[in-house]
Amino acid sequence: MSRVLLPLLLLLCSSAAYAEGLTVYSARIEDLIQPIFKRYTDETGVPIRFITDKEGPLLQRLQAEGASTPADILLTVDAGNLWQASHLKMLQPIDSKVLQANIPEHLRDPGNTWFGMSIRARTIVYHTGRVKPAQLSTYEALATPAWKNKVCMRTSKKVYNQSLVAMMWVELGAARTEEIVRGWVSNFAAAPFASDNEVMDAIVAGRCDVGLVNTYYYGRMVRDKPELPIKLFFPNQSKAKGQLAGVHVNVSGAGVTTHAKNRDGAVKFLEWLSAREAQALFGGMNLEFPANASVAPDAITANWGSFRQDPINLAEAGKHQADAVKLMDRAGWK
Amino acid sequence: MFRKPETVGWKLIAALIAAPTLLPLTASLGSFTRLDAELWSHLSEYVLPQVLPTTLILLFGVSLGVSLLGTALAVLVTLFEFPGRRFFSWALLLPLAMPAYVLATVFVGSLDYAGGVATFLREHGVMLPELRNTFGAAIVLIAALYPYVYLVVRSSLATQGARVLEAARGMGLTPAQAVLRVALPLSAPAILGGTLLAAMETLADFGTVAAFNVDTLTSAIYKAWFALFSVDAALQLAGVLLIVVVVLLMLQNRVHAARRTTQSGPPAMRLRLAPIGAALAVLACTLVLLLCFAAPALQLVIWSARHLADVNAQLLGSATNSVLLGVIAALLIAFLAVMLGYAARRSSSRTVQWATRTATLGYALPGALLAVGLFVPMAALVRHVNEALGWSLLLQGGLVLMLLAYAVRFTAVAHAPVQAGLSRIKPSLDEAARLAGITGVAQIVRVHLPLLRPGLAAACALVFVDVMKEMPITLMTRPFGWDTLAVRIFELTSEGEWQRAALPAIAIVIAGLVPVWWLVRHLDDGIAGARDIRGSST
Repeated sequence: MSRVLLPLLLLLCSSAAYAEGLTVYSARIEDLIQPIFKRYTDETGVPIRFITDKEGPLLQRLQAEGASTPADILLTVDAGNLWQASHLKMLQPIDSKVLQANIPEHLRDPGNTWFGMSIRARTIVYHTGRVKPAQLSTYEALATPAWKNKVCMRTSKKVYNQSLVAMMWVELGAARTEEIVRGWVSNFAAAPFASDNEVMDAIVAGRCDVGLVNTYYYGRMVRDKPELPIKLFFPNQSKAKGQLAGVHVNVSGAGVTTHAKNRDGAVKFLEWLSAREAQALFGGMNLEFPANASVAPDAITANWGSFRQDPINLAEAGKHQADAVKLMDRAGWK
Repeated sequence: MFRKPETVGWKLIAALIAAPTLLPLTASLGSFTRLDAELWSHLSEYVLPQVLPTTLILLFGVSLGVSLLGTALAVLVTLFEFPGRRFFSWALLLPLAMPAYVLATVFVGSLDYAGGVATFLREHGVMLPELRNTFGAAIVLIAALYPYVYLVVRSSLATQGARVLEAARGMGLTPAQAVLRVALPLSAPAILGGTLLAAMETLADFGTVAAFNVDTLTSAIYKAWFALFSVDAALQLAGVLLIVVVVLLMLQNRVHAARRTTQSGPPAMRLRLAPIGAALAVLACTLVLLLCFAAPALQLVIWSARHLADVNAQLLGSATNSVLLGVIAALLIAFLAVMLGYAARRSSSRTVQWATRTATLGYALPGALLAVGLFVPMAALVRHVNEALGWSLLLQGGLVLMLLAYAVRFTAVAHAPVQAGLSRIKPSLDEAARLAGITGVAQIVRVHLPLLRPGLAAACALVFVDVMKEMPITLMTRPFGWDTLAVRIFELTSEGEWQRAALPAIAIVIAGLVPVWWLVRHLDDGIAGARDIRGSST
């Protein structure tokens, strides 16, 4: 039997060995990683090869490959999946002074298995003609009857909404969170949208007044059409009790795989990625904020104003993501 | 009767073709040993009551829509003559090249409240109804999937329709009676085969329903997997989906059992429509073509015009990869479908029946789940081999793995037209050939292949365009640094850059035009339109 199976198997395989190079499994798209990798290879001579896919299939793949995996690094665009990878023991702890110094505590795993590399802030976007900034205060306030038929949201199937609700679960408790989410749902002016762009389109078209979006979607939209009557508002800045402790942020981040063949090389790359030069490039390319607090955001993003981030550790969002999803199902947020 | 060794051989072939599909099926079955009671109580209370009715309504609506539209158009262009018939005959296949997820985005992007068309109409006092719902998703799926029915029914009618119609007319039936009582019953297997393909594609669809934010069983599968982090629950939900498919396959089998067979013969004249009928026919074909293809294609062109800088070596490389993959996969999978068809013809054993059913199940599974269901057990095997022998193999070598996965997914697509073609070759023809000393492979090559050509051409074209559009399997099994057009679309859309994705989408459509053109030549060559072609070539 094995005499037949082995050659068949060989037909499907190649050698996993990749001497001196790094292999990256990435849920961040090629256009947003290729220039970074190229810069690193130019500076250090270390070649990087990568594949991109959704997080779910990448995690399954890492798990199935086990010790045979060619991947040294897993790169994702949200903390929930990094938490899940870490939870499944597919990432290893990295004891690096450089990473700990460069990446703020709330943007990395308490167990040091993953590190946020760029910040994706999820904030309020509003119509400048129909809403005054003074009317806006917190995420929670959008659940009050004052916003009846004025709120547009993206689908609850998107991880950015899931991590926001998970953070509320952590900070405000399940009951209060469900109350807020139900309030949002009853304020929806239209069925939830498939993308952040559609949420902003709907606000511009007058279907609703406010919504929640990641800042870089807004950045891209007004870069193409600066005349659009929409603006960002950073909520939850007052540190009052009973509300999120700041603007909800998620990260695009990375960790070193448990079975990395080139562990030292992977750590060196992550350290390089967390430092000044790469930080400006990594976040800036997609109008995200650098995770390294000592690096100034680029001109466009800086123009939106500075804000206080929610300082609670993002690992908590991963831990409670499934709870958040179930809560949103119960509340009827499609 | 047939000799036994031959039957055993066919059984083995059918079983081999079906074997890879057993991997994801086993994964789904196996997952039921790990039921998470708490998660299932949530799913059964808050998720399934929403997604099951939606899935069934969508399935029924799309099946009804594609069978009516596809059959009506096929009847029109094969049995009747009207101005522009030759053009419409191939042009109506064009939506085949347009991925449903692209069509959905264009549809929502222009007809939803904030969209250009909707805004224009609103400013002129016309308020469009809400379209981001099951109804809207069904419309888009019908527009994208009717060509499956159209193509299969068209080749079925092309080989026999006009002649049968002529005979029926000779017996005093009106044209309408002749179509309804004679031509359509003869095409029942084809109509059903095409509709089943559309139904399976609807079940597996994720991109279209996601654009409409409509939740189906497949959305629930991805929710369980990506959001609730439970692959097991995803596999268990896929088991529910498979039950729906098996029921559909059994229904199809019933009709197949009652099928009639005829043989193609000398071509006959198409019936010339009276002026009013002809005008209506032109209007209907134009409308379908405009709404399902021309208007969305125009929107894509407008979007991509803003991103012409993206036309570069990378895009060309992706296009080359896509076409290469499409061609190889089409040939391979059409071959497998013929083997499967012959196995069923030569052996009526249960083994072959079940193998055929199993081999066609892959088309109904959500792509990413199928990819994982195939990849994970194989990767685990490689890991064990590595551990046992101290090797360092990586399950990712060239295109073999990709092709294997495509075969699991798309065998159903090739099987439907091939099966429909085979069912029209009478077993008595095999006997006659046998008496004339033509047996085995020679019988297939010299007697059957010429008759099978339309079905084969349809199989190749369908697989080609499907492979061009395929995302999740390609993402998971491609070699490092290897992109296709569909992968480019995935990359751009996953960061919300829908307008930039228009360019690779256009490239997919253009590449899809080639097989459609080639297919139509083959379909019409030597069959109903033979005299035109022979006339022009001599």
